[in-house]
Amino acid sequence: MTYTFGLDTFGDRNADATGQPLTHAQTIRNVVEEGVFAEQAGVDFFGIGEHHTDVFPMPAGDVVLGAIAARTERIRLGSAVTVLSSDDPVRVFQRYSTLNAISGGRAEVILGRGSSIDSFPLFGYDLADYELLFDEKATLFAELLTGGPVTWQGKTRAPLLHQDVVPHLESGPLPVWIGVGGNPQSVIRAARLGFSLALAIIGGPPARFAAYSQLFRRALTEFGREPLPVLVHSPGHVAATDEQAKAEFWPRWLDIITLMAPERGFAIPTAESFERETGPSGALYVGSPETVARKIAANLQALDATRFDLKYGMPGLTHDQLMTNIELYGRQVIPRVRELLN
Amino acid sequence: MGQLSSIAVLGAGHVGPVIARLAIRAGYPVSMATSGDPLDIALIAELLIPGAQPRWASEAVAGADIVVLAIPLHRFVDVDPSLVSGKLVIDAMNYWPASDGVLTAFEDGGSSEIVAARLTGSTVVKALNHIGYHDLEDRARPAGAPDRRAAGAAADDVAALATIAAMLDRLGYDPVELESLRAGRALEPGEAVFGSVLTRAEFERAVRRHERNFA
Repeated sequence: MTYTFGLDTFGDRNADATGQPLTHAQTIRNVVEEGVFAEQAGVDFFGIGEHHTDVFPMPAGDVVLGAIAARTERIRLGSAVTVLSSDDPVRVFQRYSTLNAISGGRAEVILGRGSSIDSFPLFGYDLADYELLFDEKATLFAELLTGGPVTWQGKTRAPLLHQDVVPHLESGPLPVWIGVGGNPQSVIRAARLGFSLALAIIGGPPARFAAYSQLFRRALTEFGREPLPVLVHSPGHVAATDEQAKAEFWPRWLDIITLMAPERGFAIPTAESFERETGPSGALYVGSPETVARKIAANLQALDATRFDLKYGMPGLTHDQLMTNIELYGRQVIPRVRELLN
Repeated sequence: MGQLSSIAVLGAGHVGPVIARLAIRAGYPVSMATSGDPLDIALIAELLIPGAQPRWASEAVAGADIVVLAIPLHRFVDVDPSLVSGKLVIDAMNYWPASDGVLTAFEDGGSSEIVAARLTGSTVVKALNHIGYHDLEDRARPAGAPDRRAAGAAADDVAALATIAAMLDRLGYDPVELESLRAGRALEPGEAVFGSVLTRAEFERAVRRHERNFA
């Protein structure tokens, strides 16, 4: 079995060593350095999730990925996620096929909603239309990937008639995933469209998502499709020891969940819930390389998945802490997971 | 023990399957439906909710004593009130503008009161809306368990309230009854109870605090 390992960021706004927030611009330049360093450290994939807020100033991740592509040779680059419902699928295709051209075929796309709903008012979309927007746009996006002239009609954008959409892909469709946070109907949709499944697990026991993997594989069979991979995306932080990782991550986690709770319905974390989530059956990968590696290996097996993407960083962590995280993940966690799984 | 009520869960998104699984585990006969063909959810039922019967919505409701509305609130306008007429309806939906956008029809008043005003032929109980769908399953415990948590139910109809309170108890929670849909506003997004998983004492304190603030 071939396993691959990624790192995802939302452009989490960095702080300096005294806790003062860095500018959005400096945070973005740091993300470029982190992506370049991820390749040097041995990471397979670097993903950037679309967000539009002061603590996640990352609306144009594809531009940042282009900068990383120009300075790397091997690492695959993609969105994590692209909020397709409030975007134009033709534009998304064009941006990522351009990234694919720059990077020599290393582009991927993960479609979804993510934790970000800020793009809806920003671009004039109504959240009540979310399902229709996503369904229609994902269907059109699947069409665009086939490479030929596209004819399409729907309610959410202008129709297309034998439209050639450029730049053409050099070597077949990009790998495309649909991010799913717990809605089984989204799993069925991914299988129907022939997209891979990205399970976003940010709380509770990851093993409960095993049924989603089974559902995905059964649905692929029913739709007459070839098997496709499953990836697991979860937040975490790696440092030299469990104690250090938790001490660095906990205050930043408490801050961000408290900030997002009213909008997402998250319960405010407590010391007790944090211990549970960072323990063997929780969803947070916070700890020493050995702790994090064991947890990744166990959950890849439990979920029958072949890729793990660690969402590293949190608003308020320093660039140095993130670089240490990347180095430990690439040089120690990934080889150790491979060793545990083979 | 008599035959348990049969339950129809409408909605196969985040919340519906979790409620259906809890109900099956508690011994209830459960059917599932969406707005579409039962074939669309057959695989979901088979793999995620073993024991649940996928049905057309009209068939699921016709055979059920209790109907659980577990659809996004903005889809509620698509539900024909006559579909659930004469039924005991659990409103597990939420009006949550920060997460789902503004719905003008729900801007003024408690969401379950507005739901009940539209479902004139049904008896509406607000329940199963305030615990996150992951927690709802993970935190359910048998009666008497030391770490059992509370779940609220609110209704204007006393008998319906007692029925759903007994159901919550079977599903794995200490029921806390709120004796009007108006009082059920304490279970809505933004209130202390919402999104937290509280002991009965904590829950009752939070509800009393809400009553004092809005008296």
